[in-house]
Amino acid sequence: MSINRDSQDTRMTRRSLLKGVGALGIMTAVGRLLPSYVLAGTTMAKAGSPSELQGKTIDLRISKSPVQIGELTGIAKTINGTLPGPLIRLKEGDNVTLNVTNRLMEDTSIHWHGLLLPPDMDGVPGVSFGGIKPASTFSYRYPIRQSGTYWYHSHSGFQEQSGVYGPLIIDPIEPEPVHYDRDYVVVLSDWTFESPESVFANLKKQSDYYNFQKRAAPEFFSDVSRMGLGPALQNYLMWDRMRMDPTDFADVTGYTYTYLMNGLAPDQNWTGLFRPGERVRLRFIAATAMTFYDVRLPGLTMTVVQADGQNVQPVAVDEFRIGPAETYDVIVQPTEERAYTIFAETMDRSGYARGTLAPRTGMTAPLPDRRPRPLRTMAAMGMHMDGMDMADMKNLNHHEETPLNNQELNGSQRHAKEHMHDKHDMSDLPPGESRHSMIPGSTPVRHAPGHHGTGNQSVAEFSRQQLDEPGIGLTDTGTRVLVYTDLKSLAPYPDQREPGREIEVHLTGHMERYMWSFDGKKYSEAKEPIFFRHGERLRFTFVNDTMMEHPLHLHGMWMHLENGAGAFLPRKHTVIVKPAERVSVAITADAPGRWAFHCHLLFHMEAGMFRVVEVSAEEPTGRS
Amino acid sequence: MRKFFRCILSLMIISLLIWDFNSSVIFSQSIPDELMSTHKHKSHPQTIQPEGQTDTRSGVFREMSDTGSPVSQKADWPSPVMDEENHGFFLADVLEYRPNIGGDGSHDDYRWDIEGWYGGDYNRIWFKSEGQRDTAFKADYDIDSQLLFGRFIQQYYDFQAGGRIETQSYRGRNVTRGLAVIGLQGLVPYNYELQPAIFMSQHGDLSARLTATKDLSLTQRLILQPRFETNAAIQRVRKFTTGSGLNNLELGFRLRYEIRREFAPYVGISLDKSFGDTASLVREEGGNPSQIRFVVGVRLWF
Repeated sequence: MSINRDSQDTRMTRRSLLKGVGALGIMTAVGRLLPSYVLAGTTMAKAGSPSELQGKTIDLRISKSPVQIGELTGIAKTINGTLPGPLIRLKEGDNVTLNVTNRLMEDTSIHWHGLLLPPDMDGVPGVSFGGIKPASTFSYRYPIRQSGTYWYHSHSGFQEQSGVYGPLIIDPIEPEPVHYDRDYVVVLSDWTFESPESVFANLKKQSDYYNFQKRAAPEFFSDVSRMGLGPALQNYLMWDRMRMDPTDFADVTGYTYTYLMNGLAPDQNWTGLFRPGERVRLRFIAATAMTFYDVRLPGLTMTVVQADGQNVQPVAVDEFRIGPAETYDVIVQPTEERAYTIFAETMDRSGYARGTLAPRTGMTAPLPDRRPRPLRTMAAMGMHMDGMDMADMKNLNHHEETPLNNQELNGSQRHAKEHMHDKHDMSDLPPGESRHSMIPGSTPVRHAPGHHGTGNQSVAEFSRQQLDEPGIGLTDTGTRVLVYTDLKSLAPYPDQREPGREIEVHLTGHMERYMWSFDGKKYSEAKEPIFFRHGERLRFTFVNDTMMEHPLHLHGMWMHLENGAGAFLPRKHTVIVKPAERVSVAITADAPGRWAFHCHLLFHMEAGMFRVVEVSAEEPTGRS
Repeated sequence: MRKFFRCILSLMIISLLIWDFNSSVIFSQSIPDELMSTHKHKSHPQTIQPEGQTDTRSGVFREMSDTGSPVSQKADWPSPVMDEENHGFFLADVLEYRPNIGGDGSHDDYRWDIEGWYGGDYNRIWFKSEGQRDTAFKADYDIDSQLLFGRFIQQYYDFQAGGRIETQSYRGRNVTRGLAVIGLQGLVPYNYELQPAIFMSQHGDLSARLTATKDLSLTQRLILQPRFETNAAIQRVRKFTTGSGLNNLELGFRLRYEIRREFAPYVGISLDKSFGDTASLVREEGGNPSQIRFVVGVRLWF
């Protein structure tokens, strides 16, 4: 393995700060189990440590290892013996070889999340290859055609939950568009001492197994005193009648999870160092199996400069929500000689990951007050039209889904539907729109008749885009929270064609039974691929009929989030779709092959919320 | 007449099982891989490469034409997700001791109501067992077990069909009968777990049972479970202490504390009452057809 350290500013800084810094006792104790980038502030990190891998050839070894989580030791499945795995630092334009050796007793795989690569290098067993058998090595070889912050993880079974994930940074050929003095990776993840198999089994047997924030009697009585008996009772009975739970925000919660920042539990307090006045780049990676985080640094404004590895026009925020598999790069500039808490509260408020930015190791800042878990509302789930004004109501008739949308689309039916959209949807868009564009789904769309079958619990009666909303629990913070409409690419991407057709997929599931699917069908019931014509520009529309947020990930191609940014649509590999939301992305189908498309909540994916997309040159069209 | 009923019932069960088998093929399986691949090959070229022939160092990958062998190779690829896995579940919803608190002919009684399933999301094999020494209904021991096939229907219900064996023991004698079962089990609006079932014995006697429970969270771990169970029969079957009409009901309130979700000790009270013809039979056999009992037990599952 060759590790070529070039002398970029950021690394010089990193190395220089290693000098004269006392090690934290606890860090020493766990030093062997953590990758070196985690220990940036300690003497444990040595130059040339295997925990940061660079160069054109990289060797990874997947095995079982003991890891220290808080005060306990667990057995994880690790990459090169650490949790998270080593930081892989690649260079745009290189052709790289990554040799992955399996030292587990079961098949494994590594998927390079967000990377554009040949389909057989994508690392999804059953879609791109057959997986990596025990005691064998698979060599991934591909050219690096992009730059930014990414990550990599196992795509086999529940290994991602068990620890098989790590950060991946690609340095650009061109100079970075933003200036910064320090560069830290902040890997957020979730750890359980239970086996993921038993977590999944628990959810199948009792789907609210991990929810210890339900509305119990004390909350009922306080609601009665606040709202009056009638309205309170009416509200509780309404949810009971629907057989749903308004406190359902996370399938797996802090009851079993320890929330980790760079592999460290909150009390272990991962620390990144700075000198006052320096610009610090924090590369947040949500390497979580099941957890959405709300991230803030009280006292500091974050300037988001990159989303999912793609540079965006800088936007200053106090807080952002990051879903499983998303990444955000932010710049902070602490000016005071004091510690700042990096606080990543889970969306369901059942726990948090935490770290510190500080001028010296061992410093801490107060933790912000924990916020109460929010409540879902029927309106937010598209059940009621109470929240909509009459103007919206008038438009409803013109935006009904046709019954076709709702059928099991296969073969000719799907084509028929696509053609239908060719004619009618695209004509709505004003021609020559450049700077701003209409956001698809801005007018609520009534769900077509039908409910996607027995495996789907409910449908969103009305769905609409909510890209300018921060999401549940973040609406009343009184601070500036990142929303998807804030994201504008730094430069326009080459393909500015309007999508030529639309494929609509509904996010479906059954919380009570813990079934998850698209269009009411699990992957095993719908193995036929979704067809993208090679070279076409198409619109992929996601309609969330469930009452949970889902981070949807498309492999192999970028999703250009249609958020009204005109020529500056941001590119994402993972897009959060809120309950009852309708989100459209534009895709340039430039990557022939078979690709995975799935919900990145690990247990949802394994339950069947997964499809294969096939890009094929059947009817080649001109590429821009 | 009885033979006729039996004949009809067995035909119903057989046809249901066949329907279920067929629908499971339609619902839970898609086109076999071979067929799919063939179809794809005809429509558009494959881009998957056989292992070992990969050369991507140059960033170029070759598109396979129809001559490649991805079909056979794909056949031994694993499924990308495990959405067809089977799971198993065992629940002792009621497992309790009912101490003697005085009164005529009282005993220390006990009772259990357990169930379990094994299977996937749509098709499951169910096992249920209820057993009791309950002087309010059956004068002595009563144990019944069911083995059912269940099919997930209409979003909230398992349609169940199968067999049941009931054994009663009193005054040193055992009686046993077999019954056919058709039932539903599921969550109805307002979050009640409901289990209606109808039974036909080997002699053609028809009976029915309805069980309803609901969980009320007092705190996150302290849960009050009201429970209602009633039996009714068309024919009087003296041997099984069953009168014609409404037989009995149990109305219980059990307060459990979930030390873990899977393990929850409870205390409660149970009102057990037999009616009409059944009450007379119970009295004849030395039971007390109307009792309020204190119960203590544990609810557990794994």
